[in-house]
Amino acid sequence: MCGIAGIIYRDGDGQHQVGRDMTRMLQAMKHRGPDSTGYALYRPSAEGYVMHVKLAEANGHRDFELGERLRRQRTEVEGRMRAAGAHIRGVERSTEHAMTVTFDHDGDLKRLADYVEDARGTEVLSLGRSLEIVKDLGDAETVAADYGLDGFVGTHAIGHARMATESDVDIANAHPYWAYPFPDVAVVHNGQLTNYFQWRRRLERAGHRFQSECDSEIIAVYLAERMAQGDSLEDAMRLSLDDLDGVFTYICVTDDALGVAKDELGAKPLVLYESDDIVALASEEIAIRKVVEREIETYDPYEGAVMVWTR
Amino acid sequence: MDAVATFDPRGLVELDGSVPRISEIDGERAVLEARELSTRKINAELRWLLYERGVKDVTIRNPSARHSLGVGILTRCRITFEGSLGYFGCGLIDGPEVQVNGRVGWSVAENMMSGVVVIESNAGSLAGAALRGGDLVVKGQVGARTGIDQKGGTIVVLGDAGSMTGFMMQRGRQIICGDVGPGLGDSMYDGTIYVGGKVAALGIDCVEGEWTDADTELVARKFRIYGLGAPPELRKFVCGKKLYNYDSLEPSERKLVL
Repeated sequence: MCGIAGIIYRDGDGQHQVGRDMTRMLQAMKHRGPDSTGYALYRPSAEGYVMHVKLAEANGHRDFELGERLRRQRTEVEGRMRAAGAHIRGVERSTEHAMTVTFDHDGDLKRLADYVEDARGTEVLSLGRSLEIVKDLGDAETVAADYGLDGFVGTHAIGHARMATESDVDIANAHPYWAYPFPDVAVVHNGQLTNYFQWRRRLERAGHRFQSECDSEIIAVYLAERMAQGDSLEDAMRLSLDDLDGVFTYICVTDDALGVAKDELGAKPLVLYESDDIVALASEEIAIRKVVEREIETYDPYEGAVMVWTR
Repeated sequence: MDAVATFDPRGLVELDGSVPRISEIDGERAVLEARELSTRKINAELRWLLYERGVKDVTIRNPSARHSLGVGILTRCRITFEGSLGYFGCGLIDGPEVQVNGRVGWSVAENMMSGVVVIESNAGSLAGAALRGGDLVVKGQVGARTGIDQKGGTIVVLGDAGSMTGFMMQRGRQIICGDVGPGLGDSMYDGTIYVGGKVAALGIDCVEGEWTDADTELVARKFRIYGLGAPPELRKFVCGKKLYNYDSLEPSERKLVL
């Protein structure tokens, strides 16, 4: 069933506790999906890039060599980045199986990401000037504590509490999805896509890579590809209503906008709260009430709705 | 309702279901401050007030959009929620008059047997799902599939309604004053849907019906009871009876006929 949530502050100054907000929202929807939790957090565009990298699955195969292997992998990721022309500013070790790299780069981002992912077991979770994707097993409070997200200050965020139905419980199949290789685009999705393989094959033929078996991954790449061809986020989302089959409510974010789309059956829930300074949306109102702590006027957008807000 | 230990590997079940007994009781009236209570404790307190303390009128403050509040109440009483409810609010009730001063999520008043539920703001999808009797009044808009599988009672909506309104409806009435989405009355067996605004598209086997004096009387009566002002100009939609060939009698009624 999954729980999705989004929040965007509209004054654009980028000094809001979006990490803490998202943890509260997702924790309130833990009953919708306790398997894994993911965040896509945005801060105002920085000079350099941030890359979140997964080195191994949190529940993957463990042996006596694991620590040593992960240590070698970290070195290799850094080495590959330098070889591809990146100037590394800093490396942070969030958990034993994940790392965050801040760096400067002038060249082709796809080439860089491809080269990093070529290292065995490595996955680039997110890459951009303002986007940071963090996802791991467990509920929101566990993940936020592991990755220190409560202090994240920024402009907007989306999140996902996953109940795995059609693919495994691991980090690769957790949301949000980054629209590899398009920087700063991420998607969370509640639902099932029935023409997943059709679109996956189509997008693979166009040269895109997929790291998971999860149907939601194609939404991110589909939208980013549309936007790369010149469509606005809203136009791309409108087209997706025809192109994607199945039941869905998804939220897509870019560095300055947050959009939501609902399928034509209105089969998956979404509650929306809009005010002059904040827009908050979630699968259940109980999540919104964790960040707007008073009686509020909310409503459910109708089937086929596409709405976009900018910060 | 004492605490029951259950095996709960994911930590999702609220273990402590004991009655808090913190309401301010004044004769047959009581006020419950629910902000710090869990869903289970709110419902346990409500039952204790209504069934054991003989309270007839309960006001619940700060329901805070929590799910499944006020469910399964089977006695005549008045319940007022000072705030919004989450999903499945006031489901499976038989008798209460409920006032919600806020909004409700999906599946409000699901399977209500009798009673009244009045919602001052919007409602989510599946409002009045499988309604058997009583009146559900929503003063704002409702989501999709309002009154799905409705088997009796009346649903009044002052705003718009989403797609598949009255889907597989078997009996009862709906009065939707605003616009309705596509698939109105899709696969309905029986019952009547009145619509004041635009109909995006009719569902399978839903046709426009002939207006009678009984329709005028019903609409006027419902609007009068709930103080909704003058009813708008309405159109009437019923089942075309081309899709299904079942009889529409309850088992008890069938005995009388035979």
